[in-house]
Amino acid sequence: MMTRKKRRMWILLLCALGLGSATALTLTAFQDNLVFFRSPSDVMAQQPGPDRAFRLGGLVEAGSVERDAAVSGQRPTVRFRVTDGAHVIQVAYQGVLPDLFREGQGVVTMGRMVDGTFRASEVLARHDETYMPPEVADALKRSGHWNPAQGAAPPPATWNTLDPARPAAPGRTGS
Amino acid sequence: MIAELGHFALALALVLALAQALLPLIGAHVRDGRMMASAAPLAVGQCLALIASFACLVYVYVINDTTVLNVVQNSHSLKPLLYKITGTWGNHEGSLLLWVNILGLCGAAVSGFGRELPTALRARVLGVLGLISVGFLMFTIKTSNPFDRMWPPPPDGQGLNPVLQDIGLAMHPPLLYVGYVGYAVTFAFAIAALIEGRVDAAWGRWVRPWSLAAWSFLTLGIALGSWWAYYELGWGGYWFWDPVENASLLPWLIGTALLHSAIVVEKRDALKTWTILLAIIAFAMSLLGTFLVRSGVLNSVHSFANDPERGLFILALLMVYVIGAFLLFAFRASAMIPTGIFAPVSREGAIVLNNLLVCSITAVVFVGTLWPMFADALFGMKVSVGPPFFNAASFPLVVPLLLAMAAGPLMPWKRAQLFSVVMRLWWCAVIGFAAFFLALLLSGQKVMPAVGFAFAAWVVGAAIADIADRTALFRTNLGNSWNRAKGLPRAAWGAAIAHAGVGICAAGIAGMGLAQERMVALAPGESTTLAGYEWRLEGVRDVEGPNWTARRATISLLKDGAVVHVMEPSRRWFPIARQNTTEVAIRTNLIADLYAVIGEEEAGTGKAVIRLHYNLLAPWIWLGAAIMALGGGLSLADRRIRVSAPNRATARMVPAE
Repeated sequence: MMTRKKRRMWILLLCALGLGSATALTLTAFQDNLVFFRSPSDVMAQQPGPDRAFRLGGLVEAGSVERDAAVSGQRPTVRFRVTDGAHVIQVAYQGVLPDLFREGQGVVTMGRMVDGTFRASEVLARHDETYMPPEVADALKRSGHWNPAQGAAPPPATWNTLDPARPAAPGRTGS
Repeated sequence: MIAELGHFALALALVLALAQALLPLIGAHVRDGRMMASAAPLAVGQCLALIASFACLVYVYVINDTTVLNVVQNSHSLKPLLYKITGTWGNHEGSLLLWVNILGLCGAAVSGFGRELPTALRARVLGVLGLISVGFLMFTIKTSNPFDRMWPPPPDGQGLNPVLQDIGLAMHPPLLYVGYVGYAVTFAFAIAALIEGRVDAAWGRWVRPWSLAAWSFLTLGIALGSWWAYYELGWGGYWFWDPVENASLLPWLIGTALLHSAIVVEKRDALKTWTILLAIIAFAMSLLGTFLVRSGVLNSVHSFANDPERGLFILALLMVYVIGAFLLFAFRASAMIPTGIFAPVSREGAIVLNNLLVCSITAVVFVGTLWPMFADALFGMKVSVGPPFFNAASFPLVVPLLLAMAAGPLMPWKRAQLFSVVMRLWWCAVIGFAAFFLALLLSGQKVMPAVGFAFAAWVVGAAIADIADRTALFRTNLGNSWNRAKGLPRAAWGAAIAHAGVGICAAGIAGMGLAQERMVALAPGESTTLAGYEWRLEGVRDVEGPNWTARRATISLLKDGAVVHVMEPSRRWFPIARQNTTEVAIRTNLIADLYAVIGEEEAGTGKAVIRLHYNLLAPWIWLGAAIMALGGGLSLADRRIRVSAPNRATARMVPAE
């Protein structure tokens, strides 16, 4: 039978082993799988290479959604533009858009930049139509186009004509 | 009028909870019998007040009282009655009221079933439950009163979010909350034990059923949520490692560790401080889950509109309870002296290993879930941590866990011979390897799913080996084994069944690794092939529902030119919420799911986008979870729980102070 001291040593050793392996696993997995969020302005400032996946967020520019003519037996392609007011990024997505995807509302997509177009592998859905992803809200604030204290985000049709120095009057987002 | 009654009942519950928190705790300290005896009636009174309050809320929903703000925001007169009722907890305010209701019910249950408990322990447990109740009732009344009025009343409500109008999701929060709140009870037991400075087998005998019940409900709740995501969101997946999902997984993981270590306390009088620590962390994780979901600090597909004030309040509650508990732990834990001594290779040793691995997985999931929040707060980095991280980091820890969980139940307490365990498990390893090579051959060299099948076979095999061993199957005649099987304690059956459930769930997850998907645009009359079927789109038509209209597609599945199934996925439009939902068509034979979704239609050409999935063994994921919960339930029905726990040795009744 083991003495209490010896048993305690065993348990401590095992704990250290468990904790150590968990830390090591977390760090190595972090290295490969951490996904950064970028706004259109960030992407314009520093174009990420096609090997690095990231999340692009902003508002879907009103009137920018185009569906390629469906070819029977093929995956459908949708194109739209994501804006933060200062810059616009063209997005291409092969698949069905989530139920809550709307022009003029916040969107977060995941994918890579290939030849100046963001090829999205995923377009994130929300449960709630009034929900604004926090990163998108933040990107809009940074680009100077929206002060949340003054109400809802201005209609995105006006985004590229707004003066960043003079935040837009409160208005409802288009639906 | 009814809303004011509900509000009043809620305030009354707060006052009763305050009394329940103070009187018994003080009474237990000064050893005043009458003050201690007040705990049980106060708990029952609080519970009744809460039920009355909840009934009032259900009532205003059913009559669609548009002078109540909560009803206006979340209901509509055209909504089916069932969803008017379940919609009561389909929103922040109502779900909190449900939370405190379940807490009240648990308090009443402790006072009802706990007659055999020593008076002081029962008073302290109920006192701590009262303290928790006070915090959450204050939170409800202060920041999230469901009975707030609205004037002038609008003509009708805004309707419930259509994706929540579903029976699976209606049952999901109550089950999950019973799990969360169950850990409030084990937490209360842990705090009471720390105050008394004493833990013994009788304490373990009380904590085990509560942690078991909480775990079983949480398992069902998580499975139901995952199933709902599978058929309602229409993405074809079952688990997205979303922060809100992780928030429910964290208490489940710690609860799994607690469940096992509580057995050691009960049977062997060891691992006491550790079990108390786990009980505290399990409740902390439950609170953290509530905080993450309710505050909206994390970016999640499930995020509801959120409110920073509420997040701050829950964070404060979390801090008070958890820091208070840890301080108490730091000062009093040294008073617990273990008496049971065991060798590293023993049942206790296996349970320590289980605890270690499960806690490591918890740590990984915890860091991955909270890292985006910390990175934002500390470095201003906007990052997200997705499924690849969780898969990569948790898989290497799950493998040894599955390996060890097979061997653990076959080991005797105190000291085990590894050789004899190997002798009883070798055929499970053979089956595991066979499953691996068979899966590799049939799936076309996909390694990971094959590994999953191997471990699934190993775990299920070991659960059978455990029962075979206990009933001396093949070592004696069948009649003898049958008699032994009948005589086995239900806890033994429960453990074996729950372990087999884990294996079945693992097989389902491995099977989903082989799922096939196809997304195509089709015109009516055109077809595509997937998984050996020809899927033909017959047409798309309009359908009217009570509060929605829909486009419904008819898809025929043909095998060898003959129609074998007809599937009708649809896409609903809810005009009140101005929102679409996807109604997936699923045809299952319990071996594989055929899964069809209709997307957008192209104007002019009549072509519709169709997404088709062939999900191998998908139902086994939830079936496995249900079997786990069944095992937990069976264990709860064990004789030694139904028969009252023996009283503590009278010699130790003298308080430790």
